[in-house]
Amino acid sequence: MTARALINAPKTARKGDIIEIRAMIAHKMETGYRQGPNGQMIPRDIINRFVCTYGGAEIFSADLFPAVSANPFIAFSTVATESGTITFAWTGDDGQTQTATAEIAVN
Amino acid sequence: MVWRKPGLAVFAIIFGGGAMAEIAGEEKKSGSGFMSRETQAMQADDTSNPGMFSVLDGERLWREPVGPAMKSCASCHGDAEVSMRGAAARHPAFDETSGKAIDLAGRIKLCRRDKQTAEPFPRGSEELLALTTYVGTQSRGMPVAPPVDERLTPSRENGKRLFEARIGQLDLSCASCHDDNWDKRLGGSPITQAHPTGYPIYRLEWQSVGSLQRRMRNCMVGVRAEPYEFGSQEFIDLEAYLNTRASGLAVETPGVRP
Repeated sequence: MTARALINAPKTARKGDIIEIRAMIAHKMETGYRQGPNGQMIPRDIINRFVCTYGGAEIFSADLFPAVSANPFIAFSTVATESGTITFAWTGDDGQTQTATAEIAVN
Repeated sequence: MVWRKPGLAVFAIIFGGGAMAEIAGEEKKSGSGFMSRETQAMQADDTSNPGMFSVLDGERLWREPVGPAMKSCASCHGDAEVSMRGAAARHPAFDETSGKAIDLAGRIKLCRRDKQTAEPFPRGSEELLALTTYVGTQSRGMPVAPPVDERLTPSRENGKRLFEARIGQLDLSCASCHDDNWDKRLGGSPITQAHPTGYPIYRLEWQSVGSLQRRMRNCMVGVRAEPYEFGSQEFIDLEAYLNTRASGLAVETPGVRP
């Protein structure tokens, strides 16, 4: 499944450069603490795990909790080591994982 | 009371502080100018602006054939980047059929009902917001340009009247804050000049995209007045007035606001 995600990563970089990567995914991040109009609790539905891999190796991961806002936005930096694929994976409470990718050319 | 300018103080003394001046051209400033640097940065970058999800949804809906005729927005209007450029800047506009002012979301609803012969999306629905945001963003950077059309005058005048009328248990008008005290703060938040340049906006408090009418309803509840219904003529008239007031400021859709 392709995520509705917005990725901002440089397309090219010099070897050894520190690059910033930003990823945002569309998700309502329902906390599980809110009531619907009928007084019933709205069940929790959040993304609880984010993992980023670069050339197959994990470079960043995060656990997310109900206090995180809707459409979570995550930014971090890494060192450009080699040309390859940066993969982003968000796993939700329903166990589904959504992924997105970005290519980077390092010279 | 702290006065902005000596001239204004003289003016207020003469008129007993009752009627305040409208915001002068050089002082006119979009809501984004009042925000923190962080929120401004969030709006400025399309990969950090959560309103862009709504734009992407709108783009999909723009191309989606619906109704018995299986027509999409694109079937008639083609590429929105060309055909919809400026559309948001000139709405509310006059609608020939109904003989009234109509706002952008209302126009999209009508088009869907009459031209696509499909079930129109209700006001406040994600779909209508998405289409409005998508169409709105095509005018990004263009100056708000209320149409020169005398038939809009009654609507604008009524909007101005509503803007200046005191309402609710707190007995405040829109103008009490947004004309007279826009350089101050209310409960820690800056009071803006109420220029609707970024709508539909992504409001962090809402955690979603919402319309100008939703925002105005918030303010009405804030002064403990009964808000007008979504799509009511009062709101359209207010929008028509606000657009003349914001004339010349750049469209920012999708704006991000705290």
